[in-house]
Amino acid sequence: MNALALYGRYVATSLRAQAQYPTATLMLTAGHCAATAIEILCVFALFHRFGSVGGWTFGEAAVFYALVNIMFSLADMLSRGFEVFGADFVRTGAFDRVLLRPRAAALQLAGHEVRLSRLGRLLQASVVLIFATNLVPIAWDASTIAIAVWAVAGGVALFMGLLVLQATLAFWTVDSLEIMNVLTYGGVQAAQYPLNIYAAWFRQVLTFGLPLACVAYYPVLAILGRPDPLGAPDWFLPLAPIAGFAFLALSFVAWRAGMARYSSTGS
Amino acid sequence: MPVRPYLAAFRARFQLMLQYRAAALAGFATQLWWGAIRILVFAAFYGVNAAAAPISFTDAVTYVWLGQALLALQPWSADPEIGQAVRTGGVGYDRLRPLDAHGYWYARSMGWMLARALPRAVLMVLAAGIVLPLVGLGAWAWRPPSGVTAALLFVPAFVLLTMLGAAILTLANVIVAASLNERGVNAILTPLVIVFSGSLLPLDFYPDAWRPFLHVQPFAGLVDIPFRIYFADLKGSAALRGLALQAGWTLALIGLGRLAMERVMRRLEMQGG
Repeated sequence: MNALALYGRYVATSLRAQAQYPTATLMLTAGHCAATAIEILCVFALFHRFGSVGGWTFGEAAVFYALVNIMFSLADMLSRGFEVFGADFVRTGAFDRVLLRPRAAALQLAGHEVRLSRLGRLLQASVVLIFATNLVPIAWDASTIAIAVWAVAGGVALFMGLLVLQATLAFWTVDSLEIMNVLTYGGVQAAQYPLNIYAAWFRQVLTFGLPLACVAYYPVLAILGRPDPLGAPDWFLPLAPIAGFAFLALSFVAWRAGMARYSSTGS
Repeated sequence: MPVRPYLAAFRARFQLMLQYRAAALAGFATQLWWGAIRILVFAAFYGVNAAAAPISFTDAVTYVWLGQALLALQPWSADPEIGQAVRTGGVGYDRLRPLDAHGYWYARSMGWMLARALPRAVLMVLAAGIVLPLVGLGAWAWRPPSGVTAALLFVPAFVLLTMLGAAILTLANVIVAASLNERGVNAILTPLVIVFSGSLLPLDFYPDAWRPFLHVQPFAGLVDIPFRIYFADLKGSAALRGLALQAGWTLALIGLGRLAMERVMRRLEMQGG
């Protein structure tokens, strides 16, 4: 069985398990949807009170919000194994069992538990995107849709990269570090506003440190057909999401270094 | 009514929760960063149109830090140990104690909340109140209360916010006992508390038309009212009205909690074995 088919099998098993408890799954999804949807209320209230900021209206800001949340929900759903890697695999010694199987550890972790409830965030973000499309003129044609899909792919790669890094740290710390939530959830929090409203040092952190600007800010500018108020050239905007894949690749380099020094907790 | 057993329940839980130092440090770092992002967002909006804001930027910054420092006092998730005790049958021991069931859970909840909140609050005062001004970020710092009156009024406001939080949490715990699982309760409670307490955004930032409702609902007493008393946005009779609202809702919710407790405990079935 090739890797992709095996991964498909993992996903199918995980989904079948959740389908055994349909009500619980639905309620968890609804709960996740409500818990994450309150942030749009904050964005709405701020724009309602202050008017436009950084040249953006609420409708345009909502496009940034929607795309970042769609990216994160997909990454969150597909990388659970990495998220709980420290607590559930390294600390318990369960990672030894993973290593014994003749398959890549990363593949097994990616298929560890695909939680449908994480689609709650995707659901509310999609609703926001539909509303935003009604508020601002977006020409949804082949090219803008392609940019959106490409941006989401880059964003999923970036957030997965962050979760892989979080897991990699567990090789040294032997437990999951919640401190990484600062980058994952904090990153979503920061990137759901158009980045040009922030102070310059923070924009640079979000462009060159953790390249959230490349997967969220620049491609959305291209979708909205707006030039960058900060002067990035137009040709760069749709290309930027490639930074997300670069980040994921670098994360896996770190992951390999961590694997090389793994020693079992032996319990 | 003897107070000692309730104090003991409070102290036992308080001391247990203080053992989790690494969790407190991680929580603190997360909250520091969270506060910083909130302030960056505020700075952007205030930079454009500060006149439209209901409070000054300095007060908004203080509001954010105060909120991050006292985050663990917010009753946004039921006590996980209650759900476990109900599922395993451990709740039977609680029923055997010659204590008032609601009072016992109330004291435990308060110990749980305060023990998680206090270490983080101290660290937050150090970081946002002392370190930030020292490194030249005074505009971003957590300010002391605006005047002696505000400080004196904040003391009862703080006590009431803790009592109100514990009242809501105990009510949530009773519902957990009835439904055997804390997930459903938390799914509803968390967004309600975060939005309506003013944790997400000070309540006056929402559209003006919502104010008559926002200012009288119970959750306002958790964040919005006490914090505005702290920086003297609510003063004089408005501050007293705020305290009265906190006290009124606290009593009402304790009463509701007692009623619910009685009903749930009368038909509680033991789980586990």
